[in-house]
This record gives sequence, structure tokens and C-alpha cells, in this order.
Amino acid sequence: MVTHDSGGHHHPPTSFIRKYIFSTDHKVIGLQYYFLALFSVFLGMALSMLMRIHLVWPSAKMPFTPGGQMTPEQYLALMTMHGSIMVFMVLTTAPQSGFGNYALPIQIGAEDMAFPVLNMLSFWTTLLSLIVLVSAFFVNGGAPISGWTAYPPLSALGQIAGPGQGAGQTLWVVGVAIFCIGSLLGALNFITTTVDLRAKGMTLGRMPLTVWAWLVTAILGLLAFGVLLAACLLLLLDRIAGTSFFIPGGLVVTDTPIVSHTGGSPLLWQHLFWFFGHPEVYIAILPGMGVASHVLSTFSRKPVFGYKAMVGALGAIGFLGFCVWGHHMFISGMSPYSAFAFSLLTMTIGVPSAIKTFNWLGTLWGGRIQFTTAMMFGLGFVSLFVTGGLSGLFLAQPSIDLYLHDTYFVVAHFHLIMGVAAIFGIFAATYFWFPKMFGRMLNETIGKVHFWFTFVGVYSIFMPMHFLGLAGHPRRYADTTGVNFLGPLHSVHYFITLAAMITISAQLIFLFNFFYSMKAGQKASENPWNATTLEWSIPSPPPFDNFAGRIPVVYRGPYEFSVPGATDDYIPQHLTPERVGKAH
Amino acid sequence: MMSSLWLFGAESAWRVDTRRPSTRADHLIRVVAANRPEWRKMRRKSGEQGSAAVAFTLATFLVIFTVVTVYLFLAKIWWFPPAISDFGAQIDAQFHRTLIITGIVFVLAQLGLALAIFRSRDRGQKASFFEGNAVIEFIWTLATVIMFVGLGLYGEHAWAEAHFQGAARGALQLEVTGQQFAWNFRYAGPDGKFGGTKPELVSASSGNPLGLDPRDPASKDDVVSPVAYVPVGQEVELLIKTQDVTHSFYVRELRLKQDAVPGMTIHMHFNATVPGEYELACAELCGLGHYRMRSFVSVVSRDEFDKWMGDQEAALQQQ
Repeated sequence: MVTHDSGGHHHPPTSFIRKYIFSTDHKVIGLQYYFLALFSVFLGMALSMLMRIHLVWPSAKMPFTPGGQMTPEQYLALMTMHGSIMVFMVLTTAPQSGFGNYALPIQIGAEDMAFPVLNMLSFWTTLLSLIVLVSAFFVNGGAPISGWTAYPPLSALGQIAGPGQGAGQTLWVVGVAIFCIGSLLGALNFITTTVDLRAKGMTLGRMPLTVWAWLVTAILGLLAFGVLLAACLLLLLDRIAGTSFFIPGGLVVTDTPIVSHTGGSPLLWQHLFWFFGHPEVYIAILPGMGVASHVLSTFSRKPVFGYKAMVGALGAIGFLGFCVWGHHMFISGMSPYSAFAFSLLTMTIGVPSAIKTFNWLGTLWGGRIQFTTAMMFGLGFVSLFVTGGLSGLFLAQPSIDLYLHDTYFVVAHFHLIMGVAAIFGIFAATYFWFPKMFGRMLNETIGKVHFWFTFVGVYSIFMPMHFLGLAGHPRRYADTTGVNFLGPLHSVHYFITLAAMITISAQLIFLFNFFYSMKAGQKASENPWNATTLEWSIPSPPPFDNFAGRIPVVYRGPYEFSVPGATDDYIPQHLTPERVGKAH
Repeated sequence: MMSSLWLFGAESAWRVDTRRPSTRADHLIRVVAANRPEWRKMRRKSGEQGSAAVAFTLATFLVIFTVVTVYLFLAKIWWFPPAISDFGAQIDAQFHRTLIITGIVFVLAQLGLALAIFRSRDRGQKASFFEGNAVIEFIWTLATVIMFVGLGLYGEHAWAEAHFQGAARGALQLEVTGQQFAWNFRYAGPDGKFGGTKPELVSASSGNPLGLDPRDPASKDDVVSPVAYVPVGQEVELLIKTQDVTHSFYVRELRLKQDAVPGMTIHMHFNATVPGEYELACAELCGLGHYRMRSFVSVVSRDEFDKWMGDQEAALQQQ
């Protein structure tokens, strides 16, 4: 037994506050992020449920509306906060900051992140931003009504543009800006950790695809959040300091001329926002791709098909992700010539995406598939990724976008691909790593029930929305009675609302399984899935510094399953060549 | 050759594992194992129970889901209304080309997934060991590039017609102005010139929603209307504007959508060939009344149009 003393060997903190609250341990911080996302996702779902109920039963009495039924501005406030909370607090935090924080250092054989204190600050910054964002509900005028995209001048003119556009919108801008800071700190930490702290033998070509995905995501985050931070600061200045970055002159709002602003450009915000916003889609989905590859390989008992192609595709998607923001702006009034380039580049993103899909199928093919709940969600991810990705090929073409832009077709597309597919990645990761995190297994039977309700449920919610979009239903409508041609679509809305009620209720099954299994689940062994990567070489849950001072040495790639000649159908990365084939 | 293949995501070779270090111990194990073909020893209990039932259910669900989806796209129960211009027909054609290609990929991918799930379920067999296949990966990458990029190039025709070329000579000019939460249309009148407007004169309540400047002679004959009338078969040039926040001009039957951007005047053009009254709905979130910000564009015969325009101008004289 050789002890590798890395010099910086540190002892676990003993006080409760240092251990669980202001912790610098990447595992605790990962869990803190996870619970932040868990709280946020239930909040976000509750908001969407209220919206769905209002769309079908507009006169339904809601508990928080003293006058009785929901007003249009309340609907739009729910919509804005649903989108903002889901995108920032769930899809950005759980897959990257949550699981990435927890698993990345262990998977590369590190004792912690490169900057543990910075890591702690990232989390607390993110929590602060959540508090600021949610507080918008409680100020005069309520939460903002300009959507998570906050297009100016609607978001820049203040209270005169609508209820919620006063203090609520200011809190939103400040909250998102704070979130950017937390994400930038996190991205810096992830990149440094992956580059510098890999154990001996953990070459780039031996990194699990999850680590590759987190690395590429961190690079995207570092480049994208800085731009959003700048945009938010400019918007804040327009709102409170009288500048005119985004507000042109000569505006008249409800017969009142706006004389205090002149010379700004609303399109500037859209460019800045989507320069962040499109990479953000990949920030949400890339970690899910990494998890899907990892889980599919593990439970097919087969190496990932085309490892290098998978890494190349991650990089290609990441790079192209920065070249296509204009496809959100085909009808925005930007130069129609640039639409040509943005469109072709967007179609090109379909290529690495298709490579990933083919390679997932290639990974399954000829395997020995074990239908654990984690695997079921991994398989669901592939199905959802295909469905949600293909509708993108319609929206990537400016000519078709002339009809489909800002309709429910778009809502269906991005919910399937960046919402639900990413959530399936989160679920796959949860069912996969729960035993490592808490030392107990999640209940597989309850897990299967949860999977079926969720998989059938999300398709029932979002597939019909394609048809609403094809019928021309604009999105972000608080009511479907204001426009004649929406009348015949009511039955579709009705079906979607019912499906949403069932699917959202079914998430309580997951919540129960999560907390029940944490307390009373079956004890998890060190390596319950017979997996190969380093986190499965240490106790469940891992000790404070992960490897108890014995940093592993890595001898092989991450997906050595069913290697011909080996006794077992998996060969862990840390196993010395001499021990391969012996009992372990 | 290898390096260029890698660009396209190709793996080194089928079943040949160049990444694994070949040590003497590894070699020894392989030799021993080759003489002991009891791969069943590799079986483990976990995950096997019920895998046939789960595999069957999941594969069946994917098949049903695929069939239902394809049916709904063929049945067209909820679909776009018929196009009323040649341009709209072009958009529809490109939509259908895209639908066919994505439809084929959708069916193949979902059914392929179902097949892989069912065929490769855990029956106690040994998983086959391969880490990629250069030829297959190269072929499907190339096929995807041609299919997706080709589709994108094909669709640029319609876009070019809408945006790269201006309205035809002699087009009827029609200014569209959005405001929270109404649309106003303006015709230049007999002088063919739009008169000046001033923000401080805007007053929807006193009948001047666009802020026409009465001191500008060109504005005297400008016809302002909350609904639009256009003659059938007549090229129309839209000048899309907004007074306050961003709105979006959207008429489904024209297959046209264009944001109205503060500080900009954006030109679009169309030529409607089917008479009728078509609903215009705002398509860009503009505030609490977004859902009810609509108007109508009526495509009428030349006679009807002239009569309507005459009535408007007569009303203007009486003011």
C-alpha cells in the first residue's frame, strides 16, 4: 500500500457549518447545486402547471390571485419565471455544476477541484442569484412579463411598458447578472481542474466522455456567460442610469413620448443575448450527452462506439454552437444575407449530432443491455434527442421559419431537446450516481414506474405542441380567445394540460424514491453497476478527499467492457495489468 | 488518410484495439481465456431479471410512438391553412421536402433504437467487442452532410425571393405600425407620399394613432385604418414599423412573419391571389395584451378595393 502524499493533503472539517454549509468539498458543493436545482425544478414545474390550467380553464380560481382568475400579466410573469428558473437554475446547474462538481474530480483521479474556495463561492453566488430572481415575485408590480429572453425596449423602458417591468424586471436583470458571475467562476474551475489535476495515466484519450462533455461545456460557459453579463449590465444601465444602449429615439408608449432615450438598438441586445443563448442550449445538453454515452456503454456492457468521433462531435457541436446564434433572429430585422450563413451553419450542427446518435445506436448494437432505471433514462434521452433535434431542421431554414418562428412548434422543439432531453440526462445521472453519492441504491421498481410516467408523459405534452405550431399558434399567448383561428385548437390544449398534470404529479414518485432511498434504500457496494471509471474504485459514499490519500494510476481507456479474453466483462481503469482477470 | 478520416470522426479499425497497451500479462490472459470458452462465467444476475419484458415494452412503445407520430403528420388534422400566394406555395413545398427527409430519419432512428433495444437485450449472451468502424462512420457522416446541407441550400430560394429582391415595380405601398396592443395601416393616398409624423402628436384617443403632422401637406390625404384592404393579384410592399416595443407582423396564409423593430422600417412584399379575410396576429411578445393584438388583412377584388379606398378618402374630406 503506497501512499501518495500530494503535499496539499487536507483533513476533513469537523464542524457542521464547514462540512455541509460553507463547504469547500467538491462533493458537498455538487450536492448543494443538485438540491438547488431540485428545488428550482419543482418550482418551475409548479409555475408551468398554473399556466397550463389557465390556458384551458381561464376562469379557474387561483390561490394567489385575490380577484379570482389569473390576469394576462400574471400569466406572462409565470411564463418569464418558468423559463428563467428552468434554463438558469435547473438546466445550467444540475448537469454541469451538480454532477460535474461531484463526479469530475473523482473520475479524473483528483482530490478536489483546482480552486475549492472559488468553488464554494460559485455556489453561494448562484444561490444568491436564485433568491434575487425569485424575489421579483414579491415586489410591487410582480415578476417581469418580458420572457426569459427579455427583449428591449419592453424590458428596458420600465413600469410604463407593463406591470412587472419596473422593480421586477430590475431584479431579474440583477439576478441573471449574478448568475453569470457564479457560472464564470465555475467554468474557470472546471477547465483548470480537468487540465491540471488528472491522475497519472489519465491521458486525454482515456477521459470518460462525461469529463469531455463537462470540459467542453465549461469552455462554452466561460465564453458565453461573459457576454450575457455584459449585456445585463448594459440593460441595467438603460433602466436605471438613463443610457440608451438598446432604446432608440422617437418611441411613444401608450400616447406618451419617451424623450429621455435616443440612438440605441434593440437588435444589439438580441445579438448579445443569443450569442450567449445558443451556446447555453449546448451548456444544457452536452453534459446529458456525456452521461448518455457513459450509461449506454456501461449497461450495454460494450465500449462506446467511436470514442474519438464522440469527442470530436462534442468539440464540433461546441464550436459550431458559437456560429449559429443568428438562427434565433431570422425574422428580427437583421440582415437577410446573414441568415443564409447562419442557416447553413445550423444545418451543419445536425452532422455531429447525427454522428452522436449513430454512435449511441452502434454502442447498443450487439451489446448485452441491462435495463436499469439509469439505462432506461439513457435510452429515453436518445429517443428524445432524435425527436427534438429533427424539428430543429425545420427551424434552421429561414424560409420555413417565416411561418414557424415564435409559434408553439418552437416551444415543442426546445422543450424536447434542451428541456426534456437534458432532464432525462439528469435523471440517468441521478439513478446512476445516487449509490455513490448516498451509499444506498435508489429503488429500481419505483424508478421504472417513474420512468414510464415521465417518458410517455413528456411525449404526450410536447408532441401535440408541434401541431399547434403548424396551425400557426403564436407562443406566449396568455389566452386563446383573442384570436379567431385559435378556437379549433382548444382540444389540443386540453390534452396537453391533462398530460402535464399527470406527468408533473408523477415526479412526486421520484421525490419519494429519492428521499426514501436516501434513508432506507438497500446499501450500495463500492461498484454496484460493475462500471469501469475511477469513482467506482472508492467507497460509497466516498471519503472526504476521495481516494484517502492514495491517488490512483490509470492504465486504460474508460470503456473496457467485454474485452475478449478477460475473466470479467469489465476492466476498471485503475486496475494494474497484472491484476486484470484476477478476482477483484 | 487516417488523419483526414479522424476529422470525420472515423475510428481506427474494426476490432483492432490500438489504444490498449499490450503487456505480457494481458497476452497471457488472452491465451488462457481463448482455451476456456466458458463465457457464461461472465454472466451475472443483476439486470437480467425481467429484461425481456422491459425490452419488449420499451421497443413496443417506441414503435407505437413512431406510428402515431407519422399518422398525425399524414392526417393533417391540425395543419397550416392553404397558402394564398405563389410565394406561400414555395414555402409549403420546402416544408414538405424537409418533412419527408426528417420523417425518414425519424422513423429509421426510432425503429433502429427499438430494434437495438430488443435485439441486444440481456439474454445471458456475451456482448460483442468493437470500438468503432471507420467505413460505416465515414459513410453516415458524408450522407448526413449531403442531406442536411443540401436541404438547407435548397430552401434558400424562397428566402431570397422574400428578402433579397424588393417589391415589384408599381407595388401598392402599405405602412404597418404596431403599438401596444393594436395595428394601424396607412396608405399614402392620391399623392403617393406618406406624410410626416411626430411622436408628440400621437394620440390614439383623439383619432391620430400614428401622430400625423397636419402641417405637412403630404399627410393630409394619408388614409389610416385599423384593418387592411389589398387588391387581389396586386403586389403589395409592406413598410413595417412600431411605435413602442417589438411586435411581429404575422399572417398565416401569406406565410409571412416579420418583427416590427423600434427605430427601424422593414420592407416585405407579397402578392395575394386568393380573396378572403385573413387574420393578422402579433407574434412577438409585446406586453400583457400580446394575446389580443390582432387585426385583419382583406384581399378583395380591384373594384371592391377602389370602393373601400374611395369611402376612406371621402371620410377624410369631411374631417
